[in-house]
Amino acid sequence: MLVDVRNLTIRFGSRTVVDDVSFSLDAGHRLGIIGESGSGKTLTSLALIGLLPDTATVTGSVLFDGKEMIGASDRELSALRGNSIGMVFQEPLTALNPLMRVGKQIGLPLRTHRGLNKQASLAKATELCARVGLPDPERIIRSYPHQLSGGQRQRIGLAIALACSPRLLIADEPTTALDVTVQKEVLALIGELVREEGSALVFVSHDLPVVSSMTDRVAVMNQGQIVELANVRALFSHASHEYSRMLVRTARQSDEDLAGLTTGENQ
Amino acid sequence: MTILLEAVQLTRTFALPRTRLGGARASRQALVEMNLAIQTGARVGIVGESGSGKTTLAKLLLALDTPTSGCVRFRGQTLPLRDMGDFRRAVQVVFQDPRSSLNPRMRVADIVREPLECLHVEGDHSARINEVIEAVGLPGDVATRYPHELSGGQRQRVAIARALAPRPSVLIADEPVSALDVLVRDEILVLLADLTRNLGLTLVLISHDLSVIARLCDEVVVMQNGVAVERGSTRDVFRRPQHPFTKNLIAAVPRLPER
Repeated sequence: MLVDVRNLTIRFGSRTVVDDVSFSLDAGHRLGIIGESGSGKTLTSLALIGLLPDTATVTGSVLFDGKEMIGASDRELSALRGNSIGMVFQEPLTALNPLMRVGKQIGLPLRTHRGLNKQASLAKATELCARVGLPDPERIIRSYPHQLSGGQRQRIGLAIALACSPRLLIADEPTTALDVTVQKEVLALIGELVREEGSALVFVSHDLPVVSSMTDRVAVMNQGQIVELANVRALFSHASHEYSRMLVRTARQSDEDLAGLTTGENQ
Repeated sequence: MTILLEAVQLTRTFALPRTRLGGARASRQALVEMNLAIQTGARVGIVGESGSGKTTLAKLLLALDTPTSGCVRFRGQTLPLRDMGDFRRAVQVVFQDPRSSLNPRMRVADIVREPLECLHVEGDHSARINEVIEAVGLPGDVATRYPHELSGGQRQRVAIARALAPRPSVLIADEPVSALDVLVRDEILVLLADLTRNLGLTLVLISHDLSVIARLCDEVVVMQNGVAVERGSTRDVFRRPQHPFTKNLIAAVPRLPER
């Protein structure tokens, strides 16, 4: 078991934002976390990599590869971040450093964790740029984030997260800020890279069609709790919790609105 | 059917900042010779990706911006009119994010009252406020609340109530559900569908989300780089897209697994 979360509870003062959450993930498997804003899905994913703010009170246990993440020192966590665990955030413009050329940013985890020198890390960064489908990698690595499009920036985020071939990739709404045609490309890329690397994936999103296309198993979060944890297929055929049923019904409605128009049913 | 609102060869160019000291300023054409005739009672969807000129078009149709060339006609008359009052009362807008479009220091009743006063709408304002608050499905007691005390969906209902207050004939909605959670989004779409039908409103709905357009609009205009690349009845365009961009757009929508 790669990730084992037991009774994770996160509080800010007297407010409980993640409430007794438990789930596990085997190496190479894919888990989706779906919920609305404020449901606790992002905080849950941040707890996996020890990135919760200092003001949070955390209880329970998060084991990564048998190692306890809750209460681990910054030094221990730093050794894992960008190394065994990669993370892609929602908004690449804020996730990337605006003052640093992207080649250097992609090279950083390699220099930190793999001891590569400047030249070797830049060479590897160029390779990674090509691998995430960026045209003209030689030019891209010399660019600053603002010189790239949203889709290109998210590909850079992905290159950074995957630089050290992580065993776990956490993607928090990685395509929410992107146009739908770009979203399609980036989702396909994430799926492909995760498969090639054999990494496990935690995919956080509010969008049920996106989550169901990316993962095998889905945790539905509502008001800090996992109300249902099921295989994608089972969730669609017989969701057991009222809230998941509502999510499925709404997604079906949108899907049928489109299907009705594109195939001529429902007319 | 008569044409209520019309864009004629509408073009908007923005000057870009200099890239070099003393260099020439490049410009970007956000909207290029756009023609669009909106019939009374039509429900028109404008769809496209970011930067395609959707919002520029909305702002020009609302006369919140001035075209570089071309014009907007309202009931056959070219804007700006000498007296914009009729136009302002008749064409109202709902923006994407009610957290930024509602004044946080005003109570809901005052937010809804503002267009009634600014646009010199005749009649009993307090009665009208209660009427529209009820019409958008909000409980009467929200009138004395502030926006931050409401949920996202309730806030967007307030924005819709404010738009309806002066009894408009056209509602322009720019990504009205993009900032909302999935379940709330559904409620607002139902509300917009009911309101346009019951009040006979003309709707111009701007969205990047094809399922939203599919739900609410009879006609659709697909925009790319400031140009309408395809238009027609929603059914025809979605079922038999002609332009490669439209085909890509439809193919890119994430779909559910087969049942």
